[in-house]
Amino acid sequence: MQPHNDTLLEIHDLSVSFRMYHHGLEQTKLQVISDLQLTVAPGEIVAVAGSSGSGKSLLASAILGILPHNAAVSGHLHYKGQELTAERQRQLRGTEIALVPQSVSYLDPLMKTGPQTDGHRRPKPVEKRSALFRRLGLPEQTAKLYPFQLSGGMARRVLVSTALLTDARLIIADEPTPGMSLDQALEALRLFREMAKAGKSVLLITHDIDLAFEFADTVAVFYAGTTVETAPASDFRIGPAALRHPYSKALWQSLPQNAFHPVEGFQPYAGDLPKGCLFAPRCPCKTTQCTTQVPPMREVRGGKVRCYHGT
Amino acid sequence: MRRTLGRLVRIFLLYGIRMLTLLAAVSILSFVLINASPIDPVQQYILGLGTAVSPEQRAEIEAYWGVNEPPLERCLGWLSGLLQGNLGESALFRRPVADIIRERFLNSLALMLCAWLSAGIIGFVLGCVMGMNQDKWADKLLKKVCYLLSSVPTFWLGLVLLLVFSVGLKWFPIGFSSPIGVRGQDVTLWQKLHHLILPAFTLSLMSFANIALHTRQKLIDVLHSEYILFARARGERNLTILRRHGLRNILLPALTLQFTSFAELFGGSVMAENVFSYPGLGSAVSAAGLGGDVPLLLGITLFSALFVCTGNMIANLLYGIIDPRIREAEK
Repeated sequence: MQPHNDTLLEIHDLSVSFRMYHHGLEQTKLQVISDLQLTVAPGEIVAVAGSSGSGKSLLASAILGILPHNAAVSGHLHYKGQELTAERQRQLRGTEIALVPQSVSYLDPLMKTGPQTDGHRRPKPVEKRSALFRRLGLPEQTAKLYPFQLSGGMARRVLVSTALLTDARLIIADEPTPGMSLDQALEALRLFREMAKAGKSVLLITHDIDLAFEFADTVAVFYAGTTVETAPASDFRIGPAALRHPYSKALWQSLPQNAFHPVEGFQPYAGDLPKGCLFAPRCPCKTTQCTTQVPPMREVRGGKVRCYHGT
Repeated sequence: MRRTLGRLVRIFLLYGIRMLTLLAAVSILSFVLINASPIDPVQQYILGLGTAVSPEQRAEIEAYWGVNEPPLERCLGWLSGLLQGNLGESALFRRPVADIIRERFLNSLALMLCAWLSAGIIGFVLGCVMGMNQDKWADKLLKKVCYLLSSVPTFWLGLVLLLVFSVGLKWFPIGFSSPIGVRGQDVTLWQKLHHLILPAFTLSLMSFANIALHTRQKLIDVLHSEYILFARARGERNLTILRRHGLRNILLPALTLQFTSFAELFGGSVMAENVFSYPGLGSAVSAAGLGGDVPLLLGITLFSALFVCTGNMIANLLYGIIDPRIREAEK
């Protein structure tokens, strides 16, 4: 696969599975990400939206190269047009690629917020950090608090600031906004937008579909460990008519402000994935082809869809 | 500042009361046990005299010691003496029990301190090495060594060390805390240390495996936490992670373990001191037990309770001082 030069991050056919042991020596493979496709252009905010338990957070770990030892990765990752090898991942994480983790449990419970935000690199960005804290509405003494003394919203803002302090070109934000007040969430998102305008890219991993639709440039709909549709966020604001994949349409319908109609059935368990299209068991328009063969990613109307019937 | 002072006073009062009630309970319980035991203190005293005693003289001695009074009165008599700091007189050594404990404990203190520090430091370092190399060969090897050491009895290990290093290689003396035939004031520090090394090493072998295995497990738990994952995501490498997050998070449980090991330390010193004929508190315990020296046995029992309780108290206090989460909760 020849990478494009105008993208920052390109992911082709990424699969991640875990080796698990059941009943002693019987080894099973747990496929958590299957044939995932994703591209992130410079200055673009890409939202990866999907329900809980769909393997979204593992995508972040796979890009950073910090998956557990029992994980097997296949597929291609390209960063700035070059293969993202384990060695490059080691060099890039924390400098070119930064992570905003999910919750306060990602902070060392026994280290004060200030030094923890500054990180291990020298010189310590103390000035920059206090300016950033002010900007995010964090009181001056926040730096002297331990993580357990932070409120949920404060902890989020501290986590966001760890990434904003670096000169990263790509920021992977894993559920960055829950727990923040609306104002705080908007301020954090404004910061992301500002960075995007400055040419940086943001990969926003979220289950907050509204947020993804409203805020991102591109939305990738994530289902059972793969991207079923990638389309401009504007298509998602229009509605099912502009969308390509049955799951995206169903997801749109399930939102409270739309039909509030739930998608029937359950997301398949990673240890027991269907043979063909991952959405086929729940799909209203499935055919025999869908249940036997995995549909390829196709270009449809300026977006991409992994469906035989998507139009 | 005044609030901190008030808190400290409260804590010390609290622990003081706890310790006093513990000592009261231990003294009463041990008195009851001794009373129920077949040891006849008068007989032991007479044996200690080394001369024959007529039945009249024996009756006189019994009257002098108050042996025939009811147990409750005897207990109260002993307790009131205890409150005045009088632990009684040792039947074996013919000296006040308090003096013997003081003298023997100073000898033991050197031994236990050396063993305690080396076990703590070696155990912690080995635990870190094992934790950082989980399931690699270094970890597997050290883990086996630790299991082996913690399952081997101390006295046997002491005998083996004695055979190899003292009898065989003649690197260390066979026993005692100073060379035989040298007057007390002429013993040099080096000679004392020379006599200390082997017993201290034996004693430390007993607990360092335990500390190493605990530290290893704790470090592994920490390394699997989400904050370590985030540290990796931020580009921290193994040694930076250990320095910035690992040590910080495993030091507290390690310290607690270290201070609560006072009980094993004391128990171990009985074995180690007997094997090496080291004149410490541990060998005094077995001498008092075997010789039926009731006052000394009771005195040492009380003292060991105090010793172990102090260790636990220090561990509790340290937690409150070091861990910010507990510090906050105590406010």
